[in-house]
Amino acid sequence: MATPMLEIKHLKKYFSTPAGQLHAVDDVNLTIEAGQTLGVVGESGCGKSTLGRTVLRLLEPTSGEVLYNGQDITKFNRKQMLAARQELQMIFQDPYASLNPRLSVAEIIAEPLIVSKKYKNKKEMYERVGQLMETVGLAPRLMNSYPHELDGGRRQRIGIARALATDPRFIVCDEPVSALDVSIQAQILNLLMDLQDQQGLSYMFITHDLSVVKHISSHIAVMYLGQCVEYAETEELFAHPAHPYTQALLAAIPVIDITRRGKRWETLQGEVTSPVNPAPGCRFAPRCKYACEGCHEGNMELRQISAGHWVACPYAK
Amino acid sequence: MTEQEEKQTYKKRSQVSAVWHRLKKNKLAMLGLIILCVMIGLAVFADFIADYDTVVIGLDTSQRLLTPSLEHLCGTDQFGRDVFARSIHGGRLSLSLSIISMSIAVAIGAFIGVVAGYYGGRVDDVLMRLMDILLAIPPMLMSISIVAALGQSMVNLLIALAIAYIPVFARVIRSTILSIKGQEFVEAARACGTSNARIILRHIIPNAIGPIIVEATLTMGAAILVISSLSFMGLGIEPPAPEWGTMLYEGREVIRSSPYLVIFPGIAIALSVMSLNLLGDGLRDALDPRLKN
Amino acid sequence: MSERLLEIKDLVVEYHTDEADVHALNGVSLSLDKGETLGLVGETGAGKTTTALSIMQLLPKRIGEIKSGEILFEGEDLRKKTEAQMRVIRGESISMIFQDPMTSLNPVIRVGDQILEALRLHRPDMSKEEQQKKVDEMLEMVGIPAARKREYPHQFSGGMKQRVVIAIALALEPKLLIADEPTTALDVTIQAQVLQMMNDLKTKLDTSMLLITHDLGVVSQTCDKVAVMYAGEVVEYGRAEDIFLGKRHHPYTDGLFGSLPELNSHAKRLSPINGLMPDPMALPEGCKFHPRCPHCTERCRHEIPVIHRDGEHMIRCHLMDEEVR
Repeated sequence: MATPMLEIKHLKKYFSTPAGQLHAVDDVNLTIEAGQTLGVVGESGCGKSTLGRTVLRLLEPTSGEVLYNGQDITKFNRKQMLAARQELQMIFQDPYASLNPRLSVAEIIAEPLIVSKKYKNKKEMYERVGQLMETVGLAPRLMNSYPHELDGGRRQRIGIARALATDPRFIVCDEPVSALDVSIQAQILNLLMDLQDQQGLSYMFITHDLSVVKHISSHIAVMYLGQCVEYAETEELFAHPAHPYTQALLAAIPVIDITRRGKRWETLQGEVTSPVNPAPGCRFAPRCKYACEGCHEGNMELRQISAGHWVACPYAK
Repeated sequence: MTEQEEKQTYKKRSQVSAVWHRLKKNKLAMLGLIILCVMIGLAVFADFIADYDTVVIGLDTSQRLLTPSLEHLCGTDQFGRDVFARSIHGGRLSLSLSIISMSIAVAIGAFIGVVAGYYGGRVDDVLMRLMDILLAIPPMLMSISIVAALGQSMVNLLIALAIAYIPVFARVIRSTILSIKGQEFVEAARACGTSNARIILRHIIPNAIGPIIVEATLTMGAAILVISSLSFMGLGIEPPAPEWGTMLYEGREVIRSSPYLVIFPGIAIALSVMSLNLLGDGLRDALDPRLKN
Repeated sequence: MSERLLEIKDLVVEYHTDEADVHALNGVSLSLDKGETLGLVGETGAGKTTTALSIMQLLPKRIGEIKSGEILFEGEDLRKKTEAQMRVIRGESISMIFQDPMTSLNPVIRVGDQILEALRLHRPDMSKEEQQKKVDEMLEMVGIPAARKREYPHQFSGGMKQRVVIAIALALEPKLLIADEPTTALDVTIQAQVLQMMNDLKTKLDTSMLLITHDLGVVSQTCDKVAVMYAGEVVEYGRAEDIFLGKRHHPYTDGLFGSLPELNSHAKRLSPINGLMPDPMALPEGCKFHPRCPHCTERCRHEIPVIHRDGEHMIRCHLMDEEVR
């Protein structure tokens, strides 16, 4: 088997807090093949954003490896990393905070080009900026506008154009549509998928919205308190959710179904606990309706229950 | 929009005009700006309005303590010197001293604040504890002790003021940097592989300029007060140089018979401090790029 | 036929800024019967929150102005009430919960005392013990152990805070509860808990609810009536069955459904609405949706469409004319 484009091995990121060690990302193993989209789903505090940032070394991992085309980028020096960053990019959640308010649209998009010193000639560079803007559906006349003059959808397009500037192969999308209205959200999702088809990009798509992730991903990893509890192909995961948390998450989505109006349906009880100094055993056990003695001890290893379907629950079938 | 404008040319449109547009709407800030401009104008052209050697410091016993008239707009003092001419030249001293000392304080304070805020950790701890020690002493007391230790001269006064205000700026700038550093656009720049120096210069400082300008404007007002107070106590500018504080000190003896000797320099101090405060407040609002129009 | 609780007729609201007048609501008409839930759906800037604030008479002073229209609550026009009368109504008959549970609680007051505050103001006849008992009762009702009333908001998680906010809003047993995006800031599993709880409480207390949201899924599971808003107008209004199962829709409603990535479908591409929300300072002539509408005709550009009724189902679109013909 050929080496996958991106392989995450035993990745850990701990933060020191006054209350103890916060296990934001705890021993996560994932692979992403070229041209695929891995959706990472979970509720707030499950470590999905930290995972995305650690993969790109915006946060230094506590331990573990991130292999890009077989090379461990966590061991790269500054110069190697600069080169790698051109192929590994990121799209951020907040289209308001992720653009420097003092720079014009063209300057923001040109930033990665300037840093990578790809263009000697300013005119050529701004021609490229114009092309990028057309690619993401922005009128080139907006070049001299400032981000605060534009609406959320257009700003997010600027963020996408910036990420595309250096012809990346892999992009981490951190909740890129959750701050947008539904109709704009759909426009951006279509754009991201078109770009993938045209340029053969791979995405790691981080979101809390299961319907969005189902739409865009080929594979899905479900995270709970820093750990990956289930990993499978999208169709398989939605058809046969095996982990109790995944099942609860799927049941909680407010689907359009008026027959459920006014009726009681099962909801997951309790709240997400904090991943500070977590107790041994399954982290979902306190909320799990199937939890038994054995769930409170030992490590929950991911095990394969069918081809390509991995679950971190000893009782899942 | 015409075809010409639609063309894909790249030319940076400055944000200064937008700031000016917003500032223009703030009537109080404009009042402050106008007063300040008039005072700076008078200070710059002071030599054309009144000759320093003859009118400002030259004695003329025949013209002692004249009440305000067309010839002497603000009257004359007990040495026969024109109060109006002295006030203008005094403004030149106060304004230039405060501008220079604030520029020094901003430059050094900004450097310390940026380094402490951006790098954090131990660097931050050491620098900020040092600043805390300096901050524990009020600027006024600090200036008095520095001038007393170094000796009374204009240069020492400058140094004293600069040192007294460095920690103030370092604090403000550090906290600004901290809030900017946490924003996603800085992370986005790091994701492109931008170096630390470039992140500071291109992404952080331009966003911190607003608070720095505001703080500098407001502190300049405070500095003018410190300069005048020091001179009043005889620790600042030495007579016969026409500093506002010195003028107040000299006028104090004849305050009952000739109150205009203290009224006019007093008004000058009040006006300059007030105009700087009004302008500073106005700039605070106008410089925020997120506020539309 | 059930009793009418709230009726809004041709409400026009403008915001006055330095630059221009913002046309926030352009003739909104809605009605809500006792015990019903009305869902107000639309995107940012559609005028959902403005509608809610107009009912509460809480539009920002000097800036927001109700130009015309009536807001009838139990048959009385709220616009004619004095500020003092409104204050009583706001506490006792209508209450409102906001999107962000983090900022709607006072961080330095115990949660129990925050519920008590409403009772003290509006139920001075109750004894201290009765008031305390009511506080315990309210907390238990929203699923919080009464023992936690001595804790401060920061000791609660987001979902728990929103429960406290709901307990405060329901403490005086209002006839109408206005909920502005009550679950948007919450995680899905917590959202499901809170929605479930709100549904239960509504049946129990027989409260009517105006639920403001952008999430069609939430609406389908909780609302009896739905109003779809666009650019300060209600473009479609009807029973949930009309909106979710009916065949005829306003093109904007169709667009909203097309934008949703559905769990049960396998469509590879979404079919979103093109373009952006119009600038409320310069609304387009004719039908306000025409620049984004896939079925736009010459008539749509100039003529403001009238409302087409089919029972309780109302659609504001020229297209309906032609279909009838």
